[in-house]
Amino acid sequence: MTAAHSPDDATFRIGSDAASGSPRPTVGDPSVAHPVLEASDVQRALTRIAHEIVERNHGATDVVILGIPTRGVTLARRIAAKVGEIEGRPAPVGGLDVTMYRDDLRLRGVRPLEPTDIPPAGIDGRTVVLIDDVLFSGRTVRSALDALSDIGRPTAVQLAVLIDRGHRELPIRADYVGKNIPTSLTETVHVLLAEHDGRDGVLLGPADLSREASAAASEEARP
Amino acid sequence: MNRHLLSAGDLSRDDALLVLDTAADMDAALAGRSIKKLPTLRGRTVVNLFFEDSTRTRTSFEVAAKRLSADVINFSAKGSSLSKGESLKDTALTLEAMGSDAVVVRHSASGAPHRLATWIRGSVVNAGDGTHEHPTQALLDAYTMRRRTGRLEGLSVAIVGDVLHSRVARSNVLLLSTLGADVTVVAPPTLLPVGVGSWPCHISYDLDAVMPKSDVVMMLRVQHERMQGGFFPTTREYSRRYGLDARRMAALPDDAIVMHPGPMNRGVEIAAEVADSVRSTIVEQVANGVSVRMAVLYLLLGGLMEVDISDAAPVPHERGVA
Repeated sequence: MTAAHSPDDATFRIGSDAASGSPRPTVGDPSVAHPVLEASDVQRALTRIAHEIVERNHGATDVVILGIPTRGVTLARRIAAKVGEIEGRPAPVGGLDVTMYRDDLRLRGVRPLEPTDIPPAGIDGRTVVLIDDVLFSGRTVRSALDALSDIGRPTAVQLAVLIDRGHRELPIRADYVGKNIPTSLTETVHVLLAEHDGRDGVLLGPADLSREASAAASEEARP
Repeated sequence: MNRHLLSAGDLSRDDALLVLDTAADMDAALAGRSIKKLPTLRGRTVVNLFFEDSTRTRTSFEVAAKRLSADVINFSAKGSSLSKGESLKDTALTLEAMGSDAVVVRHSASGAPHRLATWIRGSVVNAGDGTHEHPTQALLDAYTMRRRTGRLEGLSVAIVGDVLHSRVARSNVLLLSTLGADVTVVAPPTLLPVGVGSWPCHISYDLDAVMPKSDVVMMLRVQHERMQGGFFPTTREYSRRYGLDARRMAALPDDAIVMHPGPMNRGVEIAAEVADSVRSTIVEQVANGVSVRMAVLYLLLGGLMEVDISDAAPVPHERGVA
């Protein structure tokens, strides 16, 4: 990943550097992505979510934070660090790949697996907080719940997302939401994180543009 | 990836690394779990079509398919219509009519899986054809080497013994050279196949000279059942010149490993004390075989579509780009 863009850059790059071959769209053009969260907003949302997790669970003693790859894992690490600051000791954090549990493999074809990394103490009898970047159809979370039940039996499972963009296809809701963004089905939401994209932010863009970007950066783009 | 896995030589470097990485992720996903099962291939049918005896390969494919929740049908030559003289093609068409999604085939004739692949629509996985190829063995060997030594690029690998009758040797040479390893085959001249000079590897007749510079030594089974005639004077002489005993093993670099695809002839190509030593990866290879075969079945079958991708109805928002 190249970190070529600075926050005050007048142009926005969609997704990752994978789109770098195409001309950059500029702000003001209605056909391009526009920012809905700035870097500082993302920071504040994550800090609030961390506090809410601690508040809801009366501390973080039994909490295990699991991110859904790719960006969910990055967010999980950041939230776990903030929970650690609040509680004075680090919260167990890991990643849970749900590829093998997806219901659309037949439709979409195989995709590469992402690493799964469950903290050594396991999840039995603990409260698992699942973290993803965007909550959309709810199918990824459904896959994650199935995967969790094969790994162990948590006391409770909670869900934290940075963006809830609506259009649920399953009866799933998030316990902690960074921001609700009403969208149309044709729009796309891009979560940018410094670890992957060189900076933090959330962009809302039209479908065709993002499809171009996401075709190149497809693994970073899950609902 | 192609639809079939027929030859290790068909795999590009990227394909091969994708299989190895997928196998590693499968391992990590199942590590420490009480339920070692994934729902990925639910409703798919995998047929194990074995015209030759095999314990570990057939069982390994069966375990791999079952861990991915596929249905497995074992079909062996003995006790089936094959013993009544049915041809390979008719057997294949019968299996296809029953709705198999993949056929894992072992056959004594080199090239049988390639023929099979032209007759049926499902995926064909070569589980060993004659003295030709055994690609999943090569993949699991490469996986084991990478896990143990941490690399494949530039790794010095010696493949020792009955290269002539070994499908494992050919597949390993092809795959390892694709992955950037430096391969030497070591055998008596009578046990090297015609055309070995065109293989992407070095050739040596002197095991003692090769040992000190090898990171990996892979011993091959002496395939007595395929030998008609004298390829070497006596088993004892073969063992003295090309067998791996403790004395020879001492000449290896400190972190080198000893591999064997099994089944072993203890006391012929490998001494018992070597097979049971800490350098030996023989049991590990079997365990890794399951992970690698899961990866292969997943990559071949996981996204198999009934219709061509261009005919598939678009699902605009299901995965959606978020």
